[in-house]
Amino acid sequence: MDTRFDVELIETTKRYGTTTAVDAISLRIPRASYCCLLGPSGCGKTTTLRMIAGHEAITEGDILIQGNNVSDLTPIERGTAMMFQSYALFPHLNCLDNVAFSLKMRGVNKAERHAKAREYLALVHMQDYAMRLPSQLSGGQQQRVALARSLITRPKVLLLDEPLSALDPFLRIKVREELKRLQRELGITFIHVTHSQDEAMAMADLMVVMEDGHIRQSGPPREVFERPVSPFIARFIGGHNVLPGANGKIAVRADRCRLGVAGDGPFVSGRVTAVEYQGTMVRVAMATDPGDEASALVPDGDFYARPVEPGDPAILTWSERDVHMLAEA
Amino acid sequence: MSSTQEALGTVRQVGPTRAWPRLRLAPWMVSWLQVGPLALILFVLFALPTTLFLVVSFFDYDRTGIYPAFMLDNYADLVNSPATIRVYLSSMKFAVIVWAITLFVGFNVAYFLVFHVRSNTVRMVFFLLCAIPFWTSGIIRTIAWIPFLGRNGAFNQALMGAGITDAPLQFLLFSDFSVIVAYVHLFTLLMIGPIANSLAKIDPALIEAARDAGGSRWQVMVNVVIPLSKTGIVLGSVLVFTQVMGDYFVVKAMSGGQSASIVSALSTEIQAMQYPPAAANAMVLVLFTAIMVAGMMRIVDVRKELVK
Repeated sequence: MDTRFDVELIETTKRYGTTTAVDAISLRIPRASYCCLLGPSGCGKTTTLRMIAGHEAITEGDILIQGNNVSDLTPIERGTAMMFQSYALFPHLNCLDNVAFSLKMRGVNKAERHAKAREYLALVHMQDYAMRLPSQLSGGQQQRVALARSLITRPKVLLLDEPLSALDPFLRIKVREELKRLQRELGITFIHVTHSQDEAMAMADLMVVMEDGHIRQSGPPREVFERPVSPFIARFIGGHNVLPGANGKIAVRADRCRLGVAGDGPFVSGRVTAVEYQGTMVRVAMATDPGDEASALVPDGDFYARPVEPGDPAILTWSERDVHMLAEA
Repeated sequence: MSSTQEALGTVRQVGPTRAWPRLRLAPWMVSWLQVGPLALILFVLFALPTTLFLVVSFFDYDRTGIYPAFMLDNYADLVNSPATIRVYLSSMKFAVIVWAITLFVGFNVAYFLVFHVRSNTVRMVFFLLCAIPFWTSGIIRTIAWIPFLGRNGAFNQALMGAGITDAPLQFLLFSDFSVIVAYVHLFTLLMIGPIANSLAKIDPALIEAARDAGGSRWQVMVNVVIPLSKTGIVLGSVLVFTQVMGDYFVVKAMSGGQSASIVSALSTEIQAMQYPPAAANAMVLVLFTAIMVAGMMRIVDVRKELVK
């Protein structure tokens, strides 16, 4: 039995009537990794997560957790725990009882389960709020309680459904670090569903980009960012210009593009459509003459040395060695 | 440019001419107008008659008339009469049995409608099936049981025809059994409505979260679904309880005169033109029911839950 992987999906398929939400996807998630399922809405990422969690029946294929086929097991038998997008805290129970809930289901006595729940509340720095009801907590605090509740069963795999989407941007970055720290400390696999490529790139060991019920590319974020396989991936993860090349589409990172004059290297002419100041960089968006959208991320110093305005003609240049060939898709 | 201005100009002209002349009311007047109609109805149809009953309940009476007075004899007679205790106990017995049955049936039907019926259309059809019988009068629906449950009624004939019994069952009609059947039939919807409403407010993710935590069906029911639907349970219970306590017709028609209800005792007094004791009787019933309802409301703060 191969147990180098925490989770293995084998030709896993989910159909609702005639629509196929997830189409025979296969994926292996190595031990103790942080895996992000990334994709636009409706791509099947949440359905995949719910199938791993055991909240959605698998139409075809199998799911293995640490080498055991769990396709027909209940969530608790699988050793998974899920943190829901809306956190799904029980509104009638205080934080302590929320966290202790799964121990209560197992018949652990009150003193013992409360002691354990306090321990897990402390793990997420919420020990001072044990007696509060969920409605008396902020979104960020509710999330910590939800996290403690899902970790108390000591799951092999923690499944997180868009855990950061309800938080404000500042808090999101903090929680990102916190989740990553917990994952490292606990040494278990986290599978995190998100539609934000920033989030996935910042957190994932393994980034899985899905579209239309298929896995389009999976690998470490750096590999996906540097070598996107298709125009879809290049556009979706952002920071790339997808342009027509000599033999099909090419991708060039926006931060490797410059505005300037046509020289020996490749270039495309067009017109500036927008200028966005981003602090250290300035993003110049262009409509190219062949009809593509492109942008250049220019260091602020360079930009203000030769500023352009929307409507100005401009020439986008890049170097041949930054060109990445894309498979046609 | 000019055409835009023209267009804007026309719009501006159309606005005031088509609108009604604006009536400017002071904010306090708006508030009174909003509260007024309901306040008027409550005053005329509730506060006034109740006050009248309260006043009359202290009056003196004889065979020919009633006389203004302030005496507590009507209440003393009522409380000291063994008949009062008997009808209250009898009504309470029916109320508790009917409450238990309607709660069980109502909760299960509501749970089925909310959690098991996936299609909205089918759910609507089922709700209508529950509600349509309410378009006929309760009296007719009560009486309809008589030919069904009677000695030679449809049910007895079916039982005998199927060879399950050889003689008609006697307890089916004009008994506590038939009273309870009619009550359950009449009042189960009063349970289904509020419970279905509060079940529908439960986020399905909570049930999934409970399952995720390893809860069995029964554990999820006891630990999550029932606590979160207690507003509906209490509201439904209040409705059923007050209906049974205030009932007059069902006991009379279905018990064949063998059981008395609080209100039937009251109606006897009215027929004898003993208005002051009838008023005292009514006041005690209102007070009794109000205390029971207040007790139920203490279990759940329904007002707080309804605002959510």
